[in-house]
Amino acid sequence: MANQGIGQAVRRKEDFRFITGQGHYTDDINRPGQLYAVFLRSPHAFAKIRSINTDAARKMPGVVAVYTGKDVAADKVGGLICGWTVKDKQGNPHKAPRHDIIAIDHVRHVGDQVAVVIARSTSEARDACEAIEVDYDVLAPVTDVRSALKPGAPQVHADAPGNLCYDWEFGDKASTDQAFAKAAHVTKIELVNNRLSPNPMEPRSAIGEYDSGTDSTTVYTTSQNPHVIRLILCAFVLGLPEHKVRVIAPDVGGGFGSKIFNYAEETVCVWAARKLKKPVKWTSDRTEAFLTDAHGRDHVTHAELALDKDGKFLGLRVATMANMGAYLSTFASAVPTYLYALLLAGQYTTPAIYAEVKAVFTNTTPVDAYRGAGRPEATYVVERIVEAAARELKMDPAEIRRRNFVPVDAFPYQTPVACVYDSGQYAKALDEAMKMADYANFAKRKAESARKGNLRGIGICAYIEACGIAPSAVVGSLGAGVGLWESAQIRFNATGSVFVYTGSHSHGQGHETTFAQIVSDKLGVPMENIEVVHGDTALVPMGMGTYGSRSLAVGGSAIIRATEKIIDKGKKIAAHLMEASVDDVAYDKGIFSVKGTDKQVPMAQIAFTAYVPHNYPADLEPGLEASAFYDPANFTFPAGVHIAEVEIDSATGVTTIANWVAVDDFGNVINPMIVEGQVHGGIAQGIGQAMLEGVVYDPKSGQLLTASFNDYCMPRADDLPSYKVGMIETPCPHNPLGVKGCGEAGAIAAPAALMNAITDALGTEDINMPATPQNVWRVIQRQNLAAAAE
Amino acid sequence: MYAFNYHRPASLADAAKLLGGASDGKFIAGGQTLLPTLKNRLASPSDLVDLTGIAELGGISASGGAVSIGAITKHAAVATSADVKKAIPALAKLAGGIGDPQVRNMGTCGGSVANNDPAADYPAAVVGLNATVHTNKRKIAADAFFTGLFETALEEGEIITKIEFPQPKRAGYEKFRNPASRYAMVGVFVAETANGIRVAVTGAGPCVFRHTEMEAALGKSFSPDALKGIKTDPAKMNSDIHGSGEYRAHLVGVVAKRAVQNALG
Amino acid sequence: MTISVTITVNGQQETRDVEPRTLLVQFLREHLQLTGTHVGCDTSQCGACVVHIDGKSVKSCTILAAQAQGAKVITIEGLAQDGKLHPMQEAFREHHALQCGFCTPGMIMSAVDLAQRNPNPSEETVRHELEGNLCRCTGYHNIVKAVMAGAQAMRG
Repeated sequence: MANQGIGQAVRRKEDFRFITGQGHYTDDINRPGQLYAVFLRSPHAFAKIRSINTDAARKMPGVVAVYTGKDVAADKVGGLICGWTVKDKQGNPHKAPRHDIIAIDHVRHVGDQVAVVIARSTSEARDACEAIEVDYDVLAPVTDVRSALKPGAPQVHADAPGNLCYDWEFGDKASTDQAFAKAAHVTKIELVNNRLSPNPMEPRSAIGEYDSGTDSTTVYTTSQNPHVIRLILCAFVLGLPEHKVRVIAPDVGGGFGSKIFNYAEETVCVWAARKLKKPVKWTSDRTEAFLTDAHGRDHVTHAELALDKDGKFLGLRVATMANMGAYLSTFASAVPTYLYALLLAGQYTTPAIYAEVKAVFTNTTPVDAYRGAGRPEATYVVERIVEAAARELKMDPAEIRRRNFVPVDAFPYQTPVACVYDSGQYAKALDEAMKMADYANFAKRKAESARKGNLRGIGICAYIEACGIAPSAVVGSLGAGVGLWESAQIRFNATGSVFVYTGSHSHGQGHETTFAQIVSDKLGVPMENIEVVHGDTALVPMGMGTYGSRSLAVGGSAIIRATEKIIDKGKKIAAHLMEASVDDVAYDKGIFSVKGTDKQVPMAQIAFTAYVPHNYPADLEPGLEASAFYDPANFTFPAGVHIAEVEIDSATGVTTIANWVAVDDFGNVINPMIVEGQVHGGIAQGIGQAMLEGVVYDPKSGQLLTASFNDYCMPRADDLPSYKVGMIETPCPHNPLGVKGCGEAGAIAAPAALMNAITDALGTEDINMPATPQNVWRVIQRQNLAAAAE
Repeated sequence: MYAFNYHRPASLADAAKLLGGASDGKFIAGGQTLLPTLKNRLASPSDLVDLTGIAELGGISASGGAVSIGAITKHAAVATSADVKKAIPALAKLAGGIGDPQVRNMGTCGGSVANNDPAADYPAAVVGLNATVHTNKRKIAADAFFTGLFETALEEGEIITKIEFPQPKRAGYEKFRNPASRYAMVGVFVAETANGIRVAVTGAGPCVFRHTEMEAALGKSFSPDALKGIKTDPAKMNSDIHGSGEYRAHLVGVVAKRAVQNALG
Repeated sequence: MTISVTITVNGQQETRDVEPRTLLVQFLREHLQLTGTHVGCDTSQCGACVVHIDGKSVKSCTILAAQAQGAKVITIEGLAQDGKLHPMQEAFREHHALQCGFCTPGMIMSAVDLAQRNPNPSEETVRHELEGNLCRCTGYHNIVKAVMAGAQAMRG
């Protein structure tokens, strides 16, 4: 068992079913008598619905029902909600216009649902969709934030004048203004953080099923947080009693944030299943995923950094316009505010920071959390402007960072933007990364590239993120509608094996392994005797789910608390069995012993005794199980340094990643194999954002031009390098595992590292993500770099 | 997909008859372009006539200074054929770079040529090598075959049987892929043939075309440097979010040079 | 109108009456309940649906079931033999080449074909040959390692 506990690269328990094709994803599940839903979607970005005629569709073969927004409204179904209320500069709540699960009077983005056909097969439902006649009054759309804020712009919602969701501020404006007044140098930068489609490989899917005998509803859905979905469906949208609804999120094929949210389609499946008393299933195709899965990012930012003559940061000023899309998605409002501006200190001691954020409605797919959620945007601003400042001041970009790092002896460190950083060794990560990247010899490699006619650049990103989301009272004070604790339950069987129930949800993160390692380590139970159960509200205590790199720091901590309760009870049983006082019983790795004697009892015997309590303490309940809820004391602050090195073909603009180094500090590491895997995946998504991916709307028609993998460039194996990953472990001081979280780091660090490398190669800051071959080539032409290289 | 009838005839005659008898029939071979089109409901044929059961449409043969490739020969078979590799290595390379390995295991030479997708690879080889397209009715010269965007000289019901590629003195193919779809954004096939230099460009414009200015320049000196300074008109190029006309026109020059370099080995 | 299609799937001859528009992946998932083969896109790019037809990897979302009439199809469910995992399956587990697992069946089926054609592939070859398979979780790093190790194990 020595190679199974905390810190070991244990191979994953969940893998067998996946490598043999025996996973159970939602679309793999079929219920008796199941019907199939297909949505008719708006072909227009913005239009008034004059009328809908479903007569012909209803008569098509296999069609069971056709519903429009009016049918939904007749049942008094609520709209989809935003669960986090942000207050603007004046203290007024944000604008959250109604978001019907099927549009009633207007469609506001291409793909907005207009009607649903429910039929015996998907093909028949699709055939019937084409027979629905919709009379649209097509309106001029607006798709980008700058245009949407202009006077006279099309108004996406009548109750959000000027398309403004909120105009929000954070930080101290006066002290920041003072910092700029005394600055020796000010660096300014304009940045676009491109819009992304999350694209988990498993498209969303849902089945609604109603049992009229018990008046109960079961929902199978591709969710990162089944309890949250149950809560929203019951308490806000459908008005169902929570105890009559079971939400199951079985194997889920990736989420990256996009499967946090409550969507119209799963809601319609539940509503229609109850109406028809038949299971109703919907599975997204990829184009629907592009049209309806919440997108990520889409910021336009102006930032200014004030520095003294030695390159010390004095102040940072940031003005951002954030595109919310056509409706406010489940947690959309929090992303460009509390998950963004609070991270603008980065790893630095910048004493004064002020941020303004305008959130804007447009005729585009809603935007919400996508891997990193606000924190990649913050890191991108900080690390691009820091790099630009170094270049302007002709300082080594590593040196300017080192001069401004929060020093190791300053923790806990209070930033000017509310966060208290828990622990870190920022300079150590930079030193290690520079060594691994052979930073010192970059000039030689650049000269070698130049001889071949190519451009070469190197870029650093020193990122920080706030994970372990989150202390409930803190997020409550900031407008969250939920608490962000996590639950765990450990249930021993009489034979000594263990069920671990967690409110976290695993959709690739490997919780079934990592959480089992923790329990194995703490309770001395072999890995193969531990079953981690998640994703079913009927089995698992109320939990908040997985996002924001929170599962180990919060859910893992809850498991630790539960193991402590098990051990406490075990001591009482052990004391009885060994005829000792409880105070004399010691516990270590599954063995209870009496201090100073050779008496001992293993955990398995304690479990057996608890369920067969023939010889048992009189005042103790039988059974061995424990529940725990853990509400974190603070966020955790993983940090690290990534260094990217690129070579650019000056004839074509093609960028090749020559080297990638990541040195991350996630606190203690439970399973280094899984953690490295998370880093790899995050980097790939960050590289995707920086040089491959981008959602593009036609500004005139509002059509989505990147609605398939033919036009949206997903990272492929040959786009990417192998990564060099290093770790520093500075334990988190405020949770029992000392862990910080690792799921989003790569996606947060990579864009700035890569863009700093590309801008280094090109000699200009003036290029936006994604730095595609065409975009890079245009800069090469503008800068006349091809001629210089030849 | 819309519903359709499916037929798999064993002879050319039956195939032609089945198509003739259908209200709006279409031939299918590998289906690697047609099926995605049907899945997106962008076409609604009444009947699909599958040609892959017709034995005489298969096979690769090399003789008399030419390589003949049967219409239903899969890209993977062309890419790995010893005959093709020996006679026209650039053609094997082209076939081995179409789509991905799974597409190459299904997609066919004849299907690609008959479909004439502007971003397909095969048209560049057919034109670049001055191949002859054999059908169940006649032989069509490469220069007369590709007539426009998704348009060819094939008549209704006409079936490509094989394509005869004359062996060049040397040839090279290079392509610049669309980063997202991986189709050719610009592909250039350069060949020194018995009747002079041919330069065929695919992906860049609405239909494969010969770059006569480059042909003339390479006729004087078969080297990448000979192409220096030759411009391609951006107005005649395709333009999309991945590559404007200007970028594609620029790439034609870069890719052509690399194709010449490939031909030189 | 339906047609009768017979395909030998994982060694078992299976005959079903299906609509002509039935894709091979639908035949496998909906008619044979072999749900290990996945669908991740509509444009033949993601490769989650890769199976072997007569020993060669193909995208089952871009083939009509009728086109596979009479063929021998192997799916991810048929890769392990006599209860023993295929070396490529073992390599994926050993090298942590999967996270959410959704792309994994297609990725493994492509990798087996790749290794059959390239018994000793370089990293560059593996990356290039995986062009038809998308993974959103792993960044491919560990997939590449696994495929190289799996190929080595396959050549014994």
